[in-house]
Amino acid sequence: MPLPQPCPAPPCCSRRCGAGGANSRQVRRMMGAATTRIGQQDPELVDRTGFSPEQINNLHKRFLQLSGNKDTISRENLNDIPALTYNPIKSQIIEAFFDKRNQHDSEVGSLEEITFEQFLMVMSHFRPPTLEMTAEEKQAMRKEKLRFLFNMHDTDGDGKITLEEYRKVVEELLSSGSIEQESAKEITDAAMLEVASTNVPHMGPEDFYEGITFEHFEQILKGLEMESRMHIRFLDTATVHCGKS
Amino acid sequence: MAGLGSVCSRRLAGFVSLLLLVFVAVISASPDAATGANETLRRPSGHSLDDSHHPRNSSEHRKAFPVLAFNYEHVSKPFVISLWILLALLMKLGFHIIPRVSHIVPESCLLIFVGLLVGGVIKAMDQTPPVLDTKLFFLYLLPPIILDAGYFLPIRPFTENMGTILVFAVVGTLWNAFFIGGMMFAVCQIEAAQVGHVDLLSCLLFGSIISAVDPVAVLAVFEEIHINELLHILVFGESLLNDAVTVVLYHLFEEFAHEGTVTVGDALLGVVSFFVVSVGGVMVGVIYGVLGAFTSRFTSHSRVIEPLFVFLYSYMAYLSAEVFHLSGIMSLIACGVIMRPYVEANISHKSYTTIKYFLKMWSSVSETLIFIFLGVSTVEGPHNWNWIFVIFTLILCLLSRVLGVVGLTFIINKFRIIKLTKKDQFIVAYGGLRGAIAFSLGFLLTDTEKKDMFLTAIITVIFFTVFVQGMTIRPLVELLAVKKKKESKASINEEIHTQFLDHLLTGIEDICGHYGHHHWKDKLNRFNRTYVKKWLIAGDRSSEPQLISFYNKMEMKEAMMLVESGSAAKLPSLASAASLQNAQQRAPPKQRAIPSISKTREQEIRKILRANLQKTRQRLRSYSRHDLFSDPFEDSMSEIRFRKQRVQMERRMSHYLTVPANRQETPSARKVWFEPEHKVYTYDESESPRDGAALETLPDTVSLLSESPQRPDQSSRLRKRGDAEQSANAPDSQEEPQKLSRCFSDPGPKEEEEEEGEG
Repeated sequence: MPLPQPCPAPPCCSRRCGAGGANSRQVRRMMGAATTRIGQQDPELVDRTGFSPEQINNLHKRFLQLSGNKDTISRENLNDIPALTYNPIKSQIIEAFFDKRNQHDSEVGSLEEITFEQFLMVMSHFRPPTLEMTAEEKQAMRKEKLRFLFNMHDTDGDGKITLEEYRKVVEELLSSGSIEQESAKEITDAAMLEVASTNVPHMGPEDFYEGITFEHFEQILKGLEMESRMHIRFLDTATVHCGKS
Repeated sequence: MAGLGSVCSRRLAGFVSLLLLVFVAVISASPDAATGANETLRRPSGHSLDDSHHPRNSSEHRKAFPVLAFNYEHVSKPFVISLWILLALLMKLGFHIIPRVSHIVPESCLLIFVGLLVGGVIKAMDQTPPVLDTKLFFLYLLPPIILDAGYFLPIRPFTENMGTILVFAVVGTLWNAFFIGGMMFAVCQIEAAQVGHVDLLSCLLFGSIISAVDPVAVLAVFEEIHINELLHILVFGESLLNDAVTVVLYHLFEEFAHEGTVTVGDALLGVVSFFVVSVGGVMVGVIYGVLGAFTSRFTSHSRVIEPLFVFLYSYMAYLSAEVFHLSGIMSLIACGVIMRPYVEANISHKSYTTIKYFLKMWSSVSETLIFIFLGVSTVEGPHNWNWIFVIFTLILCLLSRVLGVVGLTFIINKFRIIKLTKKDQFIVAYGGLRGAIAFSLGFLLTDTEKKDMFLTAIITVIFFTVFVQGMTIRPLVELLAVKKKKESKASINEEIHTQFLDHLLTGIEDICGHYGHHHWKDKLNRFNRTYVKKWLIAGDRSSEPQLISFYNKMEMKEAMMLVESGSAAKLPSLASAASLQNAQQRAPPKQRAIPSISKTREQEIRKILRANLQKTRQRLRSYSRHDLFSDPFEDSMSEIRFRKQRVQMERRMSHYLTVPANRQETPSARKVWFEPEHKVYTYDESESPRDGAALETLPDTVSLLSESPQRPDQSSRLRKRGDAEQSANAPDSQEEPQKLSRCFSDPGPKEEEEEEGEG
């Protein structure tokens, strides 16, 4: 049964919908069994993903909205989100959700459908650092986020980003404008050269640079401070997502 | 011997500057003497002219025609101004000759000190020194500094922290003004102070003058300590945006100080006025910015005047805002920020450099002059030193700043994702420096009785913040181990990933379903790309993706650096070009290991390179006043690119030469390589010369090379050939990828090249 649209509230363009309280109660009444299930599993999920219970509830609502109130999401569900159409790296983002490597397992490959827990695991990569975190925790968080990015680029899962894979990334980024094949190649070449020369400065004549490994990837993006940049704001309070997607 | 020479030259420099100091003081302070002398001199010269024309009136004695005359009056004003500026700059030079002092004491302190000296000298001679005239300050000295700051404002951190900055600027300044004003009124009630005549409104006026953080002082001190971007933009952004609050409060209290009472209606009008002043100022700036960007679209035929448009439109924005009593500073910032991306896409590289250097130059001169004049004005007085008033002002300023920052951060941290730590708060509080704006506003006061007292207190606070806080902030930053600014090289990887992250985070937000920060930024970018850029950017650059323009800029910079470095076989540890304050620093380039080559080889290579360089120089067109180059800048860019590629080619060759293999063909190969390069110069650059032309002709040259070390930059071209071959030799397909990725580093063994060479 499709998710009921309890939307007398104004469009949810702000981070905190004013009328959240009443409507969320309404929604929760309608969702009934689903919420209590999440409530029971809460402590486990909270530990594994680091989200707070309210955030988990909000994300669960969104999950149900995307999946059409089913238990799993497939690629088509994510593809149908209208706001994603303009995104140049849309397919890579969607793939990232279905990538087994992002589930903190050591498996490789991709899934066909994901459950809410797996959805949460992927989302947990985008949590912001907290004030109480120690330096080691921040390092670990940065490594995790960089790992996520690395997995997005390394499509064949061999642990290295080769020139071809990197070029695809650049082409996707440029495709939002005009198709510039030559520039994409040049840019990719320059980028790879940069990685090679910073990480392996003394290359002998017989060596060749196979691809960017994770360590090199970390090294090259050291300046970007991923833990402070790669995060989004997750809603704490109960809000309602109006309308579809 | 050399040491003695340098000591002597330093002493000489010091002596000369001292002499100049005295000279300037005398000249500027004694106009009367000069005018007096000139009167007498002019009359006889006028007379002699008359005499020569009307010999009939020769009843008076005839003087000989004056070969040499002294007419100082004629040029006195520009002369004095130039002399002052020259003095200021010589002082600036002087500080850097004495290295030890400039490490401890920030430049602003030294300049104020010099001003004090000069003021003292002038006063000792019983003359009236020039004072920091308010009109001079606000119309001529302040705009260059603000424009420089606004034009080079780092947009990303500014917009990311906009909320925090606004809260500090608006709420923080209001809190400061009212707290200081109120408490000073309480202080004034103390019998011992004998300042009972100061009423509440005057105190509030005083509070509003002294509460604002000054951008000039902040810039002067902060740029020397290189703290991390976040803190820099917080303090600096606050100092820029609090101008609106200061303007409104000042005018408000000044009006009411005369009337004596304030009604609720007036207070409401004040609030409305604040919005009008700030939003109005920004809008004026935006209008002029768009005009400037639009004008730059058509300047492709008169490149020489391009920088002038930027300066004039910005200055007009400032003046127009001042006409309506709107915030000139915000208008200037808005104009610079809006104009910059479009103008930079339209103008030539030389104009860009000109703009950058002129802005730095003007702002540097202005800053120097401001501080010197501050010193001179201090000596001039008139002062009314009241111990209690001054001491309490100082204490309250510090107290209110600390309380304000701590309190506001507590509230702000609830909304920020990256919270501000205690260290951050301390630096933000400590960086609240007051400067010349407070002084000038105080100077504008009309009530002479309180004005002197206020001015004295203001000057004391300024001195305290600039000297004490300015000098101690550097050791404190070291002590607290505050994060410093990371030396950012223009890294293509970082740029790629910054953009990638933007899209990724926008996508994740969309999946989560709420419209956050990234969503709106993405929408704005798309709007910008589809509509605005088409209007404001000329030619096909309007649809150029940002990544490509970044990459081209980076290539251009690298090429320029290689060209500037001259000798091609040197390791790339280049002396960096003059890097002024905000000029993007190219950090020491990546260390490419290049093994040493034999001397004779090196000589040979150099000879050939030099010969080719000379041939290319002859091709440069003549210089005319209206055209810098008869070709657009793309031509010079491709020229530079070729030089750079040649340099890299040479470097690779030198590397390759050490690999033991039979090298007999090398000279012929080289000749063959360089010859076709000239073909490129005759290539008609009718189409977009940037990528197309450069790449079209080179593959021909590749084929001529029997052995060619493939640098990854050129591997793209090689790959083009490789791709062509790939389609021809299907069975080699699994080898090709290997070969291509081998191209990455160093040349493979000889068989590779032969295969590729034959294609």
